[in-house]
Amino acid sequence: MDLLDPLLLARWQFGLTTLYHFLFVPLTLGMSVTVAIFQTVWYRTGDVKWLHLTRFFGKIFLINFAMGVVTGIVQEFQFGMNWSSYSRFVGDVFGAPLAFEGLMAFFFEATFIGLWIFGWDKLPKGLHLASIWIASIGAMLSAYIIIAANAFMQNPVGYQMAADGSRAEMNNFLEVVFNPIALAAFPHTIFAAFMFSSGVVIAAAAWHMARKRNIEMMRPALKFGLWGMIVAFAGTFLAGDQLGLVMVSTQPMKMAAAEALFNTACGADASFSIFSIGTPDGTGEIWSIRVPYLLSLLSTHTLDGCVEGINDLNAQYAAQWPDLAAQVDGVFNPVLWITYWAFRWMMGLGFLATFIAIVGLWLTRKNAKREVPRWAWSVAIWTAPLALVASLVGWVFTEMGRQPWIVFSLMLTEDGVSPSVPGWSVLISLVAFTAIYASLAVVEFGLILKTVHKGPDPLPEPGSTDAEPPALEDTPTTVY
Amino acid sequence: MDLAYLWFWIVGVLFVGYFVLDGFDFGVGMSLPFLGKDEVGKRQIINTIGPVWDFNETWLIVAGACLFAAYPEWYASLFSGFYLALLLILLALILRGVSFEYRHQREGLRWKKGFDTMIVIGSVLPALLWGVAVANLVQGVPLDENHEYTGSLLTLLNPYGLLGGITLVLVLFLHGLYFIGLKTDGQVHQDAKRLATRVGFITVVVAAAFLIWTIFIAAAHEAPLLPLVIAAAALAAVALLLSMFFHTKEREGLAFTAGIFTVAFAVLTLWMSMFPNVMRSSTDVAFSLTIENASSTDYTLTIMSWAALIFLPLVLAYQGWTYWVFRKRVTRSRIEKAELVSH
Repeated sequence: MDLLDPLLLARWQFGLTTLYHFLFVPLTLGMSVTVAIFQTVWYRTGDVKWLHLTRFFGKIFLINFAMGVVTGIVQEFQFGMNWSSYSRFVGDVFGAPLAFEGLMAFFFEATFIGLWIFGWDKLPKGLHLASIWIASIGAMLSAYIIIAANAFMQNPVGYQMAADGSRAEMNNFLEVVFNPIALAAFPHTIFAAFMFSSGVVIAAAAWHMARKRNIEMMRPALKFGLWGMIVAFAGTFLAGDQLGLVMVSTQPMKMAAAEALFNTACGADASFSIFSIGTPDGTGEIWSIRVPYLLSLLSTHTLDGCVEGINDLNAQYAAQWPDLAAQVDGVFNPVLWITYWAFRWMMGLGFLATFIAIVGLWLTRKNAKREVPRWAWSVAIWTAPLALVASLVGWVFTEMGRQPWIVFSLMLTEDGVSPSVPGWSVLISLVAFTAIYASLAVVEFGLILKTVHKGPDPLPEPGSTDAEPPALEDTPTTVY
Repeated sequence: MDLAYLWFWIVGVLFVGYFVLDGFDFGVGMSLPFLGKDEVGKRQIINTIGPVWDFNETWLIVAGACLFAAYPEWYASLFSGFYLALLLILLALILRGVSFEYRHQREGLRWKKGFDTMIVIGSVLPALLWGVAVANLVQGVPLDENHEYTGSLLTLLNPYGLLGGITLVLVLFLHGLYFIGLKTDGQVHQDAKRLATRVGFITVVVAAAFLIWTIFIAAAHEAPLLPLVIAAAALAAVALLLSMFFHTKEREGLAFTAGIFTVAFAVLTLWMSMFPNVMRSSTDVAFSLTIENASSTDYTLTIMSWAALIFLPLVLAYQGWTYWVFRKRVTRSRIEKAELVSH
């Protein structure tokens, strides 16, 4: 293996920086709405504990938001820096969504976040509340558009090839925007983001409840988080099911790789394996635990459906793209152990986080006789990392499952890399990003922990007449 | 093909917006070693741009994305070609952004000093390297027949490129000082004004040399827009001198406004010098990327034009409104009051 292989380094860099960026994205998406809901409750009821919760989770949201912004710029630049051949090839289609994202969504998000942070004492209450809602709508919009751009790489639509075959040219913008993959992947991603933000709310609340601190505020927050987790899970599950159906019809190889299904199987044989060990050469299977019919059910919503296998698809693709087949040695499937296990971890961790939330609801029910044991609070904290890792491995599955293509059926990943950037340059950037990102992660995590541990500002003493502490109303509380 | 020319101007306007807006953020960042003798002063300085730096920086993201969408070939050649320069810019912007957010999160001089240093680096380095990059686009860079860049980072660090970088640093430093003068009170306010006078004189000398050199290059390249290039350069010079005049007359609003025009006309001077190339090849002019051979299809550009037509005015409206909401000076008493609340 060549240490200075620009392709390998560029792939590692894109993978690492993207996953790192995605550590912050789901919390931005989910927490902005959470904070907006808390603030709305305060606005409508005047109950000051919701104001304190708004500000408390608002702080966590902001620490996280800054990282999302600065790591996001890297993503946009990287297409040109490391994947210039890809950018030349798809720019006519792929660039427009990015431009829309900037013009429509990013400006909204960035401007109204600023108004929200600094506007507590400057804007009328209603307008201030509106600004956090507008910011979260901007975040949602940008998420949709970037997922639509990504969907083109999974399932290219709305384009034609240029007369000289040099690039893909857009001929139907609406088809690009309403790519069926995007329509299913967006709710799947958003609900998964709500699972994570609910996990963070649960974790923060559990930490305080375990220490019997701020119980008056943390109990409703905990309930909100637990219900949020369960509702968001239902949404993630349903949208994921839909995404699976679309995936089978557009990228059958990805579904086959998710299941490590080597030969086409129908009906009861289209079983879903919970666990499997493959042959060393990766073309067969030695042993597995299987649920009959389940794969057929997932892929086609029928019990007697057929799911195409990897070997059959490889043969089919080799006939369809003989030149490319020579380039990839006839292997059009992704690295199977990654797709197989990423798919299972994604689902397993998501289930687990939800299971914890359900148990949590039971333990904290109103007429519970027993006090919640200390260890249960510690387990509850795990809902946050579980939901986050589930999201991350979900993306690993989606993008690794697309390989060896950078744009399915149009361009191989190895043909997309920048020809003018030498391996050592990419090595420098990879090392620099890794080093800076790692140290920022330490600072970031430390600050979030510190904020969580410090907790919300205490509520005013019972019996005190002023419902809102004057400090929050007419002084700048969040200045740099 | 006409739309391809329209987009040359739209992308140009977006970069003007970026350099004008994030430009004073950079200048404010650069001033930290010189101004703000105490913590309250430093916080006063940073808070002048607190609510706005994030969406100012967003102009870069939008300009970059529009450049990608309108000129995929240009985006591909430029971003892969200027790889290490852009890497340094990205790292610097990351450090600056997180420093704004993190420095106030913890007490302790070392924590705050560390982030102050990163803000300074994160402000000087991007300004310098953007100047170097744009100046090199004007001068021409080695491109082969496939429009691939064949130089290195050192190729960019030629005398004209470096002068462009230094000019941009100085112009933006001055721009930021005017902004601080407009937005603060007390000691910081006084110090910023004194410093602006000194920086102003150096800027005039350096910027004049750079603008004249640019005109000579544009003339040597037989730039079709040469008369406009000269006019824009002259307007940039006039705006710079006017800003200094208003500055000495203590008309802070007018000085800053003239500063905006200085940056805008300076960027336009460079932009128009490139026309009709977007990336001139110094290897062989025939290898150059031009507005026509780098652009997207008319279909894509039409859709983008509608988006720009609808959203740019809207963006300008609500961002303008935001500046109005935060129009008040960041006073010492405001920072002190906030400090009382947070402890």
